[in-house]
Amino acid sequence: MKKLLLENDHIEGIRYFDAYRKNGGYRSVETALKLSPDAVVEEVKKSGLRGRGGAGFPTGMKWSFLAKPEGVPRYLVCNADESEPGTFKDRYLMEFLPHLLIEGMIVSSFALGSNRSYIYIRGEYAWIVDILEQAIAEAKQNGFLGKNILGSGFDCEIYVQRGAGAYICGEETALIESLEGKRGNPRIKPPFPAVKGLWDCPTVVNNVETLAAVVPIINMGGEEYAKIGVGRSTGTKLISACGNINKPGVYEIDMTISVEEFIYSDEYCGGIPNGKKLKACIPGGSSVPILPANLLLKTAKGETRYMNYESLADGGFASGSMMGSGGFIVLDEDQCVVKHTLTLATFYRHESCGQCSPCREGTGWMEKILKNIEHGKGKLSDIDLLWDIQRRIEGNTICPLGDAAAWPVAAAIRHFRDEFEWHVLNPEECQRRNYGLAGYADPIHVPV
Amino acid sequence: MTRFSDDKLAKVQEIIARYPDGKQKSALIPVLHLAQETFGGWLSPETMDYVAELLQIKPIEVYEVATFYSMYNLKPVGKYMFEVCQTGPCMLRGSDDIINYIKEKLGIGVGETTADGMFTLKTVECLGACGYAPMMQLGKHYREHLTKEKVDAIIEECRKSAAANN
Ligand SMILES: Cc1cc2nc3c(=O)[nH]c(=O)nc-3n(C[C@H](O)[C@H](O)[C@H](O)COP(=O)(O)O)c2cc1C
Ligand code: SF4
Ligand code: FES
Repeated sequence: MKKLLLENDHIEGIRYFDAYRKNGGYRSVETALKLSPDAVVEEVKKSGLRGRGGAGFPTGMKWSFLAKPEGVPRYLVCNADESEPGTFKDRYLMEFLPHLLIEGMIVSSFALGSNRSYIYIRGEYAWIVDILEQAIAEAKQNGFLGKNILGSGFDCEIYVQRGAGAYICGEETALIESLEGKRGNPRIKPPFPAVKGLWDCPTVVNNVETLAAVVPIINMGGEEYAKIGVGRSTGTKLISACGNINKPGVYEIDMTISVEEFIYSDEYCGGIPNGKKLKACIPGGSSVPILPANLLLKTAKGETRYMNYESLADGGFASGSMMGSGGFIVLDEDQCVVKHTLTLATFYRHESCGQCSPCREGTGWMEKILKNIEHGKGKLSDIDLLWDIQRRIEGNTICPLGDAAAWPVAAAIRHFRDEFEWHVLNPEECQRRNYGLAGYADPIHVPV
Repeated sequence: MTRFSDDKLAKVQEIIARYPDGKQKSALIPVLHLAQETFGGWLSPETMDYVAELLQIKPIEVYEVATFYSMYNLKPVGKYMFEVCQTGPCMLRGSDDIINYIKEKLGIGVGETTADGMFTLKTVECLGACGYAPMMQLGKHYREHLTKEKVDAIIEECRKSAAANN
C-alpha cells in the first residue's frame, strides 16, 4: 500500500525544512496558490476526505459552510488537543513530520481565507510546541509563510497555542473558548463556529490529520485521492494501536484491510503477546463502544469486519462500534472489562466541565458504582442502575462528552453483562482473579 | 516580589502579539504556564494577581482559568513531579504496578510530596502515549516504557541533577 502521510517519516532530517523540501515538500502550496481558494475547496470536496478528529464529517462540506461576511476576518484552527484515551496519532505526525501539518495548514488557510491560523495543542505536548515553532520559523524564512506568500498576495501567519490539561478543550467550541483565554466550557450550538467562532468570527476547526491530508489531496488531485479506500472511507487513515499487542504504534492504513489482518499481521499489530487470546477491543478511542472478539472480527451477520467507517459501525451500537479517532485499544484474555471500564469512567468524571447536571453528576455516579462492583461491593441492581444513568446522560447534554461517557459503560454492560454479574456474585474471588474469557473467545485465533 | 525579568516580559509581549488588538486575554493560558515555570512550579494568589495586572484583566478571570486546567498547580509541589498515567490503555500495560512501586520507593501517596520537597507523585489521565505505556510526564518530557528499573534510574537522575544544581 502506498502511504500518503507517513511515506517519508523514516528519512533523516525530515523534521527540518531542507530535507522535507528536497523530498517534495511544499509542492501543494505552489499548486494551490495558482488556483482560486474555491478551487482548492472543490478538490477537497472531490476527495471525499472526512474529518479525522472523531466525528468523520466531510471536510469539503464543512469548509463550504464557512460564512464570509464582508470585512470580517475568518480563522482556521488546528485541533491538536488529542486527549481521547488510546489516541496518539497526531502527536506522531507533529513530532516527526511537523512540516506536513504546516504545509497542509497553509493550503487550508488559503482555501478558507484565514490570514491568522492557530494550532491549539494539548499542554502536555510541551516539547512538540518547540518542534512546530521551529518548522513555522523555517517555513517563514523560506517564503511559505508571512506576507505575500510566493508572490501570490496571500498573507498568512501560524501560531501555536498551548492548552493546559483538559480533554474537553478538544471539543471545538470549548477549544475556541480556551483560545480566548477562558475556561473550556463548550458553547450551545447553534450558532456554529462556521458562523460565529473565535472572537465571534467565522471559524473552521479541523484535526491535525485532516489538515495534513490536504497535502496529498492537492498533490494528486481530489479525484485520485477518492479512488483510494472504499465507499465513503476514502484515502488513508492513521491508527494508533495500543494495549495487549506485540507492536503498539502508529500505522497508516488504507481502509480496505480487515480488522483481523490489522491485529494479527506482522505489518501492523503483530498479534497478541505471549500466545494469549483476544478478548475485546475498543477500535476508535475510549468513547466508542467496546466489542467482544467475535463481534470485532466478524459482524453480527457473519461478514468480515474491515477497518473503515462503515464496516466498524455495521450493526449500530447493538453489535458494532465506530472508527472514531482511530485509537485502537486491544484487551487480551487476562484483562478485566469492569476494571477497564472503571478507568474510563474515572477519566470522564475528571474531564466533565460541569456545565450540565446529567454529565457532571452522572459521570461521578457511574464511577462510584463501577468502583463498588470492581471491588466486590456491588449489588445486582447496580448494573441496572448503571444502565439507567448512562441512558439518561446520552443526548441530554450541551456537548457530546456526555454521550462519550455513556457509550463505553453501555457497551460494556451490553456485551459483558455476565462479567459484571460474576463480580457481584463472587465478591472475594473477583479480588483474586479475573473473569477471563468466558464466551468471548476469538473463534479464529485460538492458539493450540 | 513577584515580577518577570525583562526577557520574560518581552516574551509576554510576543505572546500578546499573536492575537488581534484588544484580544490579549487569549495570552492568559500561555502566560500562566510561563508564570508557573518562573515562580516555583505553582501559581500563588500573588502570581495570579500579577498576571491579571499584566494582561489588564480582572483577577477573577485568572482564578477561573487557573482552577479549570489540570496542569496548573495551586499548591506548592516538589522539585520533581512524577505524573503517571492511570487511564485504561496504560492500565492494560501495568501502570498500577508502576504507581505502587513509586509509592513504596518514595514513601508517599498519590498527591503527596516527600518530606525533603524533592518529589511529588500525581496520577494523570491519558497523555497520548498509550502505545509506549506505562509512562509518566517529568517536566517538559515523557518517560515511556517504564519498568521498576527505569523508575529507579529516574529517581537517581533527579537526585543527581538536584545535587549538581545546589
Ligand atoms: C469531548 C470531545 C473531545 C474531542 N477531542 C478532540 C481532539 O482531541 N482532537 C480533535 O481533532 N477533535 C476532537 N473532538 C472533535 C472536535 O469537536 C471536532 O469535531 C474536530 O476537531 C473537527 O475536526 P475534523 O472535522 O477535522 O475531524 C472532540 C470532541 C469532543 C466532544
Ligand atoms: S456534556 Fe459534560 S463536558 Fe459537555 S458541556 Fe455538558 S458538562 Fe460540560
Ligand atoms: S492511557 Fe496512558 S498515555 Fe494514554
